[in-house]
Amino acid sequence: MSSTTNYILGVYDDEDEVLHAVGKVKAKGIKVEDVYSPFPIHGLDVAVGHERTRLPIAAFMFGTLGMICAFSLISYTMVFDWPMIIGGKDFFALPNWIPIAFEGTVLFTAFGLVSTFCISNDLWPGNKTLPLDIRTTDDKFVMAINVDKNRVSAADIKKALKESGAIEVNVK
Amino acid sequence: MSHVVSPIREKLVTGGKSYSDVTHDICKQVEGEPTKEWKIAFGISCLVFIYGAYCLFYTWWQGIGVWGLNKTVGWAWDITNFVWWVGIGHAGTLISAVLLLFRQKWRTSINRSAEAMTIFAVLCAASFILAHMGRPWLAHWALPLPNAFGSLWVNFNSPLVWDVFAISTYLSVSLLFWYMGLVPDLATIRDRATTAGRKFWYGFFSLGWTGSSKTWARYEYMSLILAGISTPLVLSVHTIVSMDFATSVIPGWHTTIFPPYFVAGAIFSGFAMVQTLLLITRVVFKLEDYITIEHIEMMNIVITVTGSVVGIAYLTEFFIAWYSGVEYESYAFINRATGPYWWAYWMMMTCNVISPQLFWSKAIRTNLMVSFFLSIVVNVGMWFERFVIIVTSLHRDYLPSSWAMFSPTMYDIGDYIFSFGLFFTLFFLFAKYLPVVNMAEVKSVMKGVSTEFTIKRIKPTKKTEE
Repeated sequence: MSSTTNYILGVYDDEDEVLHAVGKVKAKGIKVEDVYSPFPIHGLDVAVGHERTRLPIAAFMFGTLGMICAFSLISYTMVFDWPMIIGGKDFFALPNWIPIAFEGTVLFTAFGLVSTFCISNDLWPGNKTLPLDIRTTDDKFVMAINVDKNRVSAADIKKALKESGAIEVNVK
Repeated sequence: MSHVVSPIREKLVTGGKSYSDVTHDICKQVEGEPTKEWKIAFGISCLVFIYGAYCLFYTWWQGIGVWGLNKTVGWAWDITNFVWWVGIGHAGTLISAVLLLFRQKWRTSINRSAEAMTIFAVLCAASFILAHMGRPWLAHWALPLPNAFGSLWVNFNSPLVWDVFAISTYLSVSLLFWYMGLVPDLATIRDRATTAGRKFWYGFFSLGWTGSSKTWARYEYMSLILAGISTPLVLSVHTIVSMDFATSVIPGWHTTIFPPYFVAGAIFSGFAMVQTLLLITRVVFKLEDYITIEHIEMMNIVITVTGSVVGIAYLTEFFIAWYSGVEYESYAFINRATGPYWWAYWMMMTCNVISPQLFWSKAIRTNLMVSFFLSIVVNVGMWFERFVIIVTSLHRDYLPSSWAMFSPTMYDIGDYIFSFGLFFTLFFLFAKYLPVVNMAEVKSVMKGVSTEFTIKRIKPTKKTEE
């Protein structure tokens, strides 16, 4: 988020108020950039207009990859590279491989999912980005409106935010 | 998550807290100077850790001949302690994953410290795995790595190898789950930071978190999926640990009941350990408004349920040993209850089967002192359970001439002390430098569970704070 962008921030102190305010502001033809909150608010992503995340698809693919990797490694070592008779079992002793294949699935899903999550949200250790209003990690809810992306004038945006129940309207 | 909750439900956050109060109450501990009590407790745990580290070093240096093992009893305290710690390490992920899937709101105040405890307990368990190998510097031989012996691989048919994968996956996934849960709270501390050091370090680890609605929406999906995969993971870990025993042919070990019985026992002991730590934490850090009697009671109910499952498993084992008609199996069980280790067996029965039944009384399960005492009793009992399973099944084998007893040496005891030192040192560091309650999650369920917000819903008034 570059510092040259013009933002108008509406500050709210209740999660239900901010959720309703998004609808009210959008009804006036104002584009809402994003809403910042100290905790997840159900339905807010839909109200703001974000698309449904594709993380579950990524997770499924990582899981599948993990299972394939585990089965490939085990079958390569136990059947092709160095087959050994253990307890009179087949070299291809599928039931015995299920536990490790399962652990591989979980391991790949977890790390793949979290990495995808971090990359898609631009989260990385040492990232110095701060919230537009640092009170949003405490008890305030902030609706951010990008002035440059809106046809509505700044004064009208401020008025709409006030009317929707904002306790403060700031420019950043 | 702010849907309507029946007003007759007990409140999970008391004292009329606002969101800002939550932030303040939890961050206070992180931001303030360490208290005198913390310094004393941390000092003691460091001393215990140092003594234990000496014993562990000596064990590694000399080899496991310094333990009291003999030809007949080849596994004793090492594996007992390993299974005990791994079992304890089941509660954290269970609380954060299974209770998340079941939408149990009371998990929010306790999941952070329970998960931390899980991670530390699994590390303690790992120390016994390494030690019992005898040559811990060759621990990587348990991994399927290309090697100098003509690429001889590990045996993937062996439960011991499954265990390596299960424990390491469990440790790393739990760590990841815990850390991702911490990120929003680390950002809160970053944004409140008054010193440059705190701003830098909490900022470094909070990954540039802003709490935008898009991030939160994805975050919730991520948590849900992590919970979904962690739930079978938790169950798989102790199932696989139990298979270390169940796939052998030793009477007393070779039973199909082991996986569910071990998993129930693990949840039982894990919840008891969480209970012990929470009862201390809530008093020391003055978190009585967040970790309420309601939480304690819920925990006690889970302890009673899992304790009863464990009790039924003990009786089933005994019945099957008789019903199977296998002479050796029957003897193994009769020897447990009436042989030279009868005291360990009856200790286990009393602590695990009888004591949790006291929680049927509401007066007992809401009494803090009794809950604290019984939570320790449960873990003593669970240690004896593993000791009974391992040592009494081994000490009288098929040949009476090789029958033997096991007695621990100071290094058996010292290595066990090491794990306590490690556990408490890490726990105290966690309690000082990280938020012990998940602030974001507590805030997200406060409408409906806190006294202040319920009053407001019944009688809407204009907010006047600030």
